[in-house]
Amino acid sequence: MNRRIFLKNGSLALVSLGFAPAFFTRAAQAAQTKRKVLVTVFQRGAVDGLNMVVPFGEKAYYQARPSIAIAKPGTPGGAVDLDGFFGLHPRMAALQPYFKRGELAIVNATGSNDPTRSHFDAQDYMESGTPGRKSTRDGWLNRYLHAREHEEASAFRAVSLTQQLPRALQGTAPALAIDQLGRFGLRAGDRGDMMQSSFEAQYAAAADSLLKPTSKEAFDAIRQLEAVDLAKYTPQNGAVYPNSGYGQALKQIAQLIKANMGLEVAFAESGNWDHHANEGPQIANRLDDFASGIAAFAQDLGDGMADVMVLTMSEFGRTVSENGARGTDHGHGNAMLLLGGDVKGGKVYGKWPGLEREQRYEGRDLAITTDFRDVFAEVLTSHLGARDISSVFPGYSATRTLGLIR
Amino acid sequence: MTNYPGVLGRTAGAVVALAMVLLTPIAVPLDAQKATSAVPRTADDATVAHVLNRLGYGPSPGDIARVQQMTVAAYIEEQLHPERIVDAALKARLAAYPTIALSTAELARDYYGPAEEIRRMERRAQANQPTRRAAGTAAQTMAGQATGQMMAGDPAMAGAPQRPEDRNQSPELRAARQKEQQILQDLMQARLVRAIASERQLEEVLVDFWFNHFNVFSGKGQVRVYLTEYEREAIRPYVLGNFRDMLGAVAESPAMLFYLDNFQSVDPKAAQKQADELAARQQQAALRRGRGRVQMAQPTPQGNQTPAERIQQLRSRGLNENYARELMELHTLGVDAGYTQADVIAVARAFTGWTIDRPRDGGSFQFNATMHDNDPKVVLGKTIDAGGKNDGERVLDLLATHPATAKFIVTKLARRFVADEPPASLVDRAAKVFLDTKGDLREVTRAIITSSEFFSAEARLAKVKTPLEFVASAVRASGADLNNPQPLVGALRSLGMPLYGAQPPTGWGDTAEDWVNTGALLNRLNFAVQLSNGQLRGVRVNVRELAPNTSETSRNALVQSLLLGHASQITRDTLAKAESPQQLIALTLGSPEFQKR
Repeated sequence: MNRRIFLKNGSLALVSLGFAPAFFTRAAQAAQTKRKVLVTVFQRGAVDGLNMVVPFGEKAYYQARPSIAIAKPGTPGGAVDLDGFFGLHPRMAALQPYFKRGELAIVNATGSNDPTRSHFDAQDYMESGTPGRKSTRDGWLNRYLHAREHEEASAFRAVSLTQQLPRALQGTAPALAIDQLGRFGLRAGDRGDMMQSSFEAQYAAAADSLLKPTSKEAFDAIRQLEAVDLAKYTPQNGAVYPNSGYGQALKQIAQLIKANMGLEVAFAESGNWDHHANEGPQIANRLDDFASGIAAFAQDLGDGMADVMVLTMSEFGRTVSENGARGTDHGHGNAMLLLGGDVKGGKVYGKWPGLEREQRYEGRDLAITTDFRDVFAEVLTSHLGARDISSVFPGYSATRTLGLIR
Repeated sequence: MTNYPGVLGRTAGAVVALAMVLLTPIAVPLDAQKATSAVPRTADDATVAHVLNRLGYGPSPGDIARVQQMTVAAYIEEQLHPERIVDAALKARLAAYPTIALSTAELARDYYGPAEEIRRMERRAQANQPTRRAAGTAAQTMAGQATGQMMAGDPAMAGAPQRPEDRNQSPELRAARQKEQQILQDLMQARLVRAIASERQLEEVLVDFWFNHFNVFSGKGQVRVYLTEYEREAIRPYVLGNFRDMLGAVAESPAMLFYLDNFQSVDPKAAQKQADELAARQQQAALRRGRGRVQMAQPTPQGNQTPAERIQQLRSRGLNENYARELMELHTLGVDAGYTQADVIAVARAFTGWTIDRPRDGGSFQFNATMHDNDPKVVLGKTIDAGGKNDGERVLDLLATHPATAKFIVTKLARRFVADEPPASLVDRAAKVFLDTKGDLREVTRAIITSSEFFSAEARLAKVKTPLEFVASAVRASGADLNNPQPLVGALRSLGMPLYGAQPPTGWGDTAEDWVNTGALLNRLNFAVQLSNGQLRGVRVNVRELAPNTSETSRNALVQSLLLGHASQITRDTLAKAESPQQLIALTLGSPEFQKR
């Protein structure tokens, strides 16, 4: 056993017991290459970005939304002030401290240059990373992974806490979809050990050039996960995750990060954002879940956030004006949140196009001033440290750098 | 029925085998025995297994002997003429899935419509509720940390992924939704029953191939309502027919028109004109109502637009290139076949007006002349000036007979039937057949599955099974009773190949690389264990028949029946450690040998 593996496994076992001596943890961590982690959160269904990141400084916002606008800060049910012009929905108050401390940034008026207002197509484009091009088979996150296949890549390098691998992670680079970490592995009943070692022996001897190495990865992954006591996990620093599927996904991502299993890209999703009618109370509950999940995650990781970034996205925004059902319909530009130790936070990025009718996209939606690929590209290069991402966004070169990352 | 023995009942099998022996001289016409055919006159079991693995979803108990008896050549010929196979047992089984025989109009009226109607009503009702709670609840949880309990208290929010339909459903909506979901449920289950139990195995493989070639995704909007008719009427009748006919049926199918957005592709000039006319009508109506009178705000739930919004939408509407691009890149010529963006636009213009009558309510194909751009277009250097719907037809003619299309199509077929990297010699010959026969898919398929490349040693066990092939072949090989295919539908989901669930128009990939990954591999092993242990309710392996005990005799018999004797020494050694017949079967179905075909 070489030193690296000993330290890796040693630290793993101790983390699971929860009383690793500080010096040992430090030594173990030093032995590993510092790996940055990107946690992507997809808000499926198109969140109303204008009630998530509220432009309370815009008169047109209140004119267009007589019954569902979020009031100005300082009034009952009012927005939580960020910078005197934008505020967060009041149920997202848990994130305000991160903004004030400069760890949370927002990119506003961002999205895809494709005009589609179909959930399906817009999600597809945001995940394939090729707006307007339907026949792209793999996702942008997978192409990133593929472009930087690490020498000793962990089986847990890319994990989606979902039942199925999302489009963004589909492709040739290995990526796992695990909806429950505890259910990962071989479930073979009483004599599970014998079955597992038998299968392992069979595949180790397989002639097939793909089955053999893939099976090794799989069985290594099972052992790695077994070394972590999943059931006994207690979030640190008093963090309380929402009990929703989304909240539990973030909690499990935190577990994977803390167990040093080589996680580099994680994916979680949050649904139920398509509020065509009676948006007010519904979005309030959803944003509460959304924000308290991220806040719990950041609290749980504590100093660990230095190497971690959470990036949120949603396929498109919603109409500036409310409709006759106190809801909003499919729109265009939206907001993304970035939270992490290396985020140059405390600022709302992106040129704000305004909400007056003539400033809107097609007279109805928030216009887009930042292509979402500019944000993704910057995260890949400045946060994850990728050098060449030309293969990740084929045919596209970032128009500029936003300076989102320290 | 206690034991459903896969593809053939023993009696039925004997009858068909006998019939085939008698019919052979008629069933194998002379042209099928041309010099190009490399079908061996006498074949060993391994060769027969190869044929069964490639033309179908692998052998069922008794199949090898049957094909041996009728000869491989006769079996191939039988499979190339599915219309001559009675398949009565399958027909009886499919009666359990009533929706697969219904038209889109019937499905919309009886299955999809009621749920949609309730949804519309509930949206309207919701829209009229006061928004009193919004501000109050916001204030309540400003403090933040109560969230955990709040969510825990709401059962709908706990655990499972949250979809709009999971929450706050009325009992009426839930009942209606069940009917609505039955459309796709029936379709998925019927697809599995056919793969496992149809005697027309080649036809089933080809339906899978061609559906995937012309892929549409059940999760995109109304596609799910159109899927049943799409597979039944645009794909299935043509898999051994003419390529141009299938291409035309797909082009006119509401499923494809919806999936690739062509139904809303409009000549921009025509849309502008419509908007102007509507605006003029609105203005006149306003004048009639009299100036100064305040207009009531119209409620606008999803789908019900105000006239102003409709005008705005019309003005922003125009050409949609999606279908045109994929028609050339994925359906016919293939990527990098020399067409340009100008060709894409010209083809898109040719298909303006190919739309759906009432697209949100299960309507049918309609050519709408007012949406059509009737000016001449140049596609691949040829002028298309037929006018009206014929513009699109001429484009399909042009593409269907193009040499690049021949090459692209036969390469994909050869990849499916022969190897991930199909030999160039085979591709060239089959492409020539495609062009010579003007896209006769029976002859093209025949050229591939009777080729020397198909029967070569390199092609044997060269393909990794797709999840569908793995699941169907496991059930077939083990001769399992199939009373309810639903657990298999779920298994395909966890193996990464949900039926009708490929999102992009490329469909699923067809090489080993596409299907071998860590998570899916473990799930294959888990599937083997579950199937053997009887954990898949409704799919029962007859353990006693397959492996009465764990003795060496049993083990050898199992290696023979499931792996056709093809097992490494290590695999045989691991089988010796099994403590129960169930473990024995699981270790065999989960083995690397069983993942190949």
